[in-house]
Amino acid sequence: MSDAAMKELPKSDYDDKFGSQEQQETIERITKSEYKWGWTTDIEMETAPKGLNEEIIHFISQKKNEPAFMLEWRLKAFRHWQKMEEPRWPNVQYNNIDYQNAYYYAAPKKQKQLKSLDEVDPKLRETFDKLGISITEQKRLTGVAVDAVMDSVSVATTFKAELAKHGIIFCSFSEAVQNHPELVKKYIGSVVPYTDNFYAALNSAVFSDGSFCYIPKGVRCPMELSTYFRINAANTGQFERTLIVAEEGAYVSYLEGCTAPMRDENQLHAAVVEIVAHKGAEVKYSTVQNWYPGDAEGKGGIYNFVTKRGICLDDNAKISWTQVETGSAVTWKYPSVILKGDNTVGEFYSVALTNNFQQADTGTKMIHLGKNTRSTIISKGISAGKSQNSYRGLVRVGKNAENARNFSQCDSLLIGDRCGAHTFPYLEVHNKSAKIEHEATTSKVGEDQIFYCNQRGISTEDAIGIIVNGYCKEVFKELPMEFAVEAQKLLAISLEGSVG
Amino acid sequence: MLEIKNLEASIEGNKILRGIDLKVNAGEVHAIMGPNGSGKSTLANVLAGREEYEIDGGEVLYNGDDLLDMSPEDRARAGVFMAFQYPVEIPGVTNAHFLKTALNEIREARGEEKLDAVEFLALVKERMKLVELDQKLLNRSVNEGFSGGEKKRNEIFQMAVLEPKLTIMDETDSGLDIDALRIVSNGVNKLKNPNSATLVITHYQRLLNYIVPDFVHVLVNGRIVESGGKELALKLEEHGYDWVKEANNVAA
Amino acid sequence: MPQRAILDHEFIDWTKSSFQLLENGLNGSARLPFHGVRKAAVAQFAKLGLPTTRDEEWKYTNVLPIFKNQFALANQEPVVAKNAIDAFGFEGLRDKMIVLVNGRFSKELSTLAIDDSTVKVGSLSDAIARGEKAVQEHLSRYADFNSEPFVALNTAFTLDGTFIHIPDDISMPHPIHLCHIVVAEDAAAAIASPRTLMVVGKNSQVHLIESYHTLEESAHLTNAVTEVVLEQGATVEHIKMQLESKSAYHIAASTVHQAEKSCFSSVNIDLGGAIVRNNLNVVLNGENAESHLYGFFRTTGSQLIDNHTFIDHAVPNCESNELYKGILDDSSKGVFNGKVLVRQDAQKTNAFQESKCLLLTDDAVMYAKPQLEIFADDVKCSHGATVGQLDEDAQFYLRSRGIGEEKANSILRHAFASDIFERIEVAEVRDMLESLVFEHFND
Repeated sequence: MSDAAMKELPKSDYDDKFGSQEQQETIERITKSEYKWGWTTDIEMETAPKGLNEEIIHFISQKKNEPAFMLEWRLKAFRHWQKMEEPRWPNVQYNNIDYQNAYYYAAPKKQKQLKSLDEVDPKLRETFDKLGISITEQKRLTGVAVDAVMDSVSVATTFKAELAKHGIIFCSFSEAVQNHPELVKKYIGSVVPYTDNFYAALNSAVFSDGSFCYIPKGVRCPMELSTYFRINAANTGQFERTLIVAEEGAYVSYLEGCTAPMRDENQLHAAVVEIVAHKGAEVKYSTVQNWYPGDAEGKGGIYNFVTKRGICLDDNAKISWTQVETGSAVTWKYPSVILKGDNTVGEFYSVALTNNFQQADTGTKMIHLGKNTRSTIISKGISAGKSQNSYRGLVRVGKNAENARNFSQCDSLLIGDRCGAHTFPYLEVHNKSAKIEHEATTSKVGEDQIFYCNQRGISTEDAIGIIVNGYCKEVFKELPMEFAVEAQKLLAISLEGSVG
Repeated sequence: MLEIKNLEASIEGNKILRGIDLKVNAGEVHAIMGPNGSGKSTLANVLAGREEYEIDGGEVLYNGDDLLDMSPEDRARAGVFMAFQYPVEIPGVTNAHFLKTALNEIREARGEEKLDAVEFLALVKERMKLVELDQKLLNRSVNEGFSGGEKKRNEIFQMAVLEPKLTIMDETDSGLDIDALRIVSNGVNKLKNPNSATLVITHYQRLLNYIVPDFVHVLVNGRIVESGGKELALKLEEHGYDWVKEANNVAA
Repeated sequence: MPQRAILDHEFIDWTKSSFQLLENGLNGSARLPFHGVRKAAVAQFAKLGLPTTRDEEWKYTNVLPIFKNQFALANQEPVVAKNAIDAFGFEGLRDKMIVLVNGRFSKELSTLAIDDSTVKVGSLSDAIARGEKAVQEHLSRYADFNSEPFVALNTAFTLDGTFIHIPDDISMPHPIHLCHIVVAEDAAAAIASPRTLMVVGKNSQVHLIESYHTLEESAHLTNAVTEVVLEQGATVEHIKMQLESKSAYHIAASTVHQAEKSCFSSVNIDLGGAIVRNNLNVVLNGENAESHLYGFFRTTGSQLIDNHTFIDHAVPNCESNELYKGILDDSSKGVFNGKVLVRQDAQKTNAFQESKCLLLTDDAVMYAKPQLEIFADDVKCSHGATVGQLDEDAQFYLRSRGIGEEKANSILRHAFASDIFERIEVAEVRDMLESLVFEHFND
């Protein structure tokens, strides 16, 4: 908690509300923690003029040397977007975004075509090294191929050659448009059409890059694939787009991480992720979202308005979303699964932590269409400081979805009494054989739990870390090992100083 | 009375029973013993007609009729009774209402007159004594809030009222203290008659001290690997299941 | 949707002209302060208009079909034979009835005689005219016509209804049964706007039964508003039974205001109606108060029954408990929207909510939206919602004892419903419901 915020409470009140001196100090320490990824890289950038109009879209498309179908699609999306209204139903509040006062294209200036990863601008390499994401393969994360994206443009993709041996395509979206236009044309917008929602339409019009991943029939991707997103430039919206296609019987585990510098103004991030899982394919998509959340007074931070959706197109396919959301000033995000094929499985595991003035409205949609479809939703919301954390989820069972099963568990943990936890589940059941169960609980970190830890020699702050991590365990166990460790650390850091 | 021929069954694609042969005559008590996961409960559930189990082969004749072809209620009406390992709680349905409905359905199937409330109550009161159940339980919901022992006693009480021909006791001794075990066994023994048969499924020999079997069969890995008299149970108690597995070349 | 707009305008125009008619007929009572409230309400309704499915609170309930009918304000003084009412009374409580015909208190048909001169049970319009203190203090203070269109509509057309005032320290020896009937006489469908205000004094106790019936099959609209005030330590059981014809429309708002240590329990039963919407709002405004909300609905044909409940924990140390159940058959539709709000000050709140529904056919649809909005950290809150079928283990258990599948299901369905009925404290109502619903399951 900031000094300013603390002054709002008379001392006696404060004692009442937060208990012991030690707990108070812990709260203070936790809320005062600094965002550790808040620096900027000084690199020469190429940007489009500010504002959004058809010319800008022509500019982006031209810059990327896109085929005509892409430009047409972008323009259609833009025209549709102009007719749309910004959604106001999420349980979040933020200042109006001036869509004309932002840059829609910013890219680190490239000197020449890169022949190898060693030629990547050293400054960029440093940037990612500093973030712990090495884009030189020697220093790679073990068994993880990375596509590094800075300000909407893919900087480097590692392990391409290795992956190519298996027929796997893993590259930036721009490269995919150049080298595999038929795949892009076939699948782009097939899960999230540009008409889907305001931000998806905006993204479709102006997206500048992202990752593309194609796993051929029967191939089990030998390593984790990962995209690391970094916003660097000021006044820039980041609009990346990820498309993952898993052919029959294919398997891939995909990771996504993100950070941004600390800036006083809010920046918009409106991404789209589409996943297509064919017959028997399995896609696991994990996100650790750590965009700059703004400072302790709620100034600055990223507006994270993201559309993520997967479709289990054919029988026995499975899509699993795991997310750890600790960053962003405002989050609006519902990774969803359309269970179209029979016996398909959708999963959503989420930890969403909000502190200070952060607001999150996140959850999922599970749309059961095929027979014997199953979905699981585990959501753990943690609210601290003056933040607002909402779970919003939809489970819909279509008329023909015989024997659909859903289990949802949405728990909220409140730390301090100036935050809010909200649960908005929607259950829509059109088939009598469905079995839909939703449970939600709200609780706090128990004083007896903390005392028990204290008594065993564990500090209050560590105790809270332990308890909160335990609370999130069901979700963390879904993350790949290295990410799970990262996520736990991140949670502890984001929680630093927030306890009651 | 009961003839099981080469019965094979699986659940969710996992093969559990791999060819069971067993013949039970009226007046006999058979014990089926075996380690955890050997298929004991599957056998009980298949005989009672649980639909989750898939029959992959073989047949079961009950008094000459194809038992596997009958619905669970028809089996019950024909005199098959299963004492459940985990009797389900049914909130909102009183024991009395439940049992009267069951009894009258069975009586109707047998071509007997339905009992009216007075007759039913008289019967029930008498049979309750057999398992030392408190009459108050009659007006409580089926098994709801019952202790483990009460649930098992309630099973035997139902058996006493419904008077089955073939009783399958699925791990009835699990979770029972020594007193409850004695009460349950006494009930079963008192109900025994030359026209009925009992199949006692159990992991431990303990229950067989009270309900003495005529035959003991050892089930391992979905097959009956050893059959004998009641002394077999004692041997199992002493040496554990490993020797049967070894003797029959079954991986532990 | 242009069609929608036309309908909306037409209905608002109708409201205005009907209000004019009503006003002309008021004579002297137009000078009473309450008429100012009516005027404000009619103006507010014109502003709000009819809700559409684009309003979050009406997402699953389209009221449009109701207003395709030509409406007329219900005739205020239809002739109803006394013996026609008997069927609606409860065995043993037939002398405890307050009868309201088309929303209007009927002295002739009511059978309840109160000996105690301090307890007041009677016509709301009389109480307004008398300038009753409790009316001035409480009427229209809780039911919010600023944001709720149908509350505005009711308030605008509130001519009469029931006023109940139980002073401090009185335990009513018997329940009070408000029996609402609608009689449609003309081709135009009637709108009845019954209004109930009940104020229960400190440490007093009462059981209030509200039942809604139709005399003859007609597409009328009952648009009811009930306000219940519980003063410190008061205990109220409020049973609302909606038993109107399958072509009737029923929209009801019950607003409950609880002071400290009060205990409110509500049982909401819906069996009739074509389109039914209940809003039940409970504000826990004093510490150590508790609320128990139970509901049961059973739909057939193309019925739509929508229950919205809202429990507002405004202060610390209160408890709320909620259980709603429904059984849906044919191509009927059910909605449950339960919101629990725990405000920042409301520490040590315990709030539990559960909804369970059974779908009997693939054409039946259930929408459930349980919501928690929590702003205090030291609370225990949970909600659960299930939609599905009868417990398979229970079904098997019954069948393994020789009970046929159909019968087993009927027993389990009955048990499912009894779970709610058992919580009714008034034995006469409980017995009547048990047998009424039992018939439903054996048809």
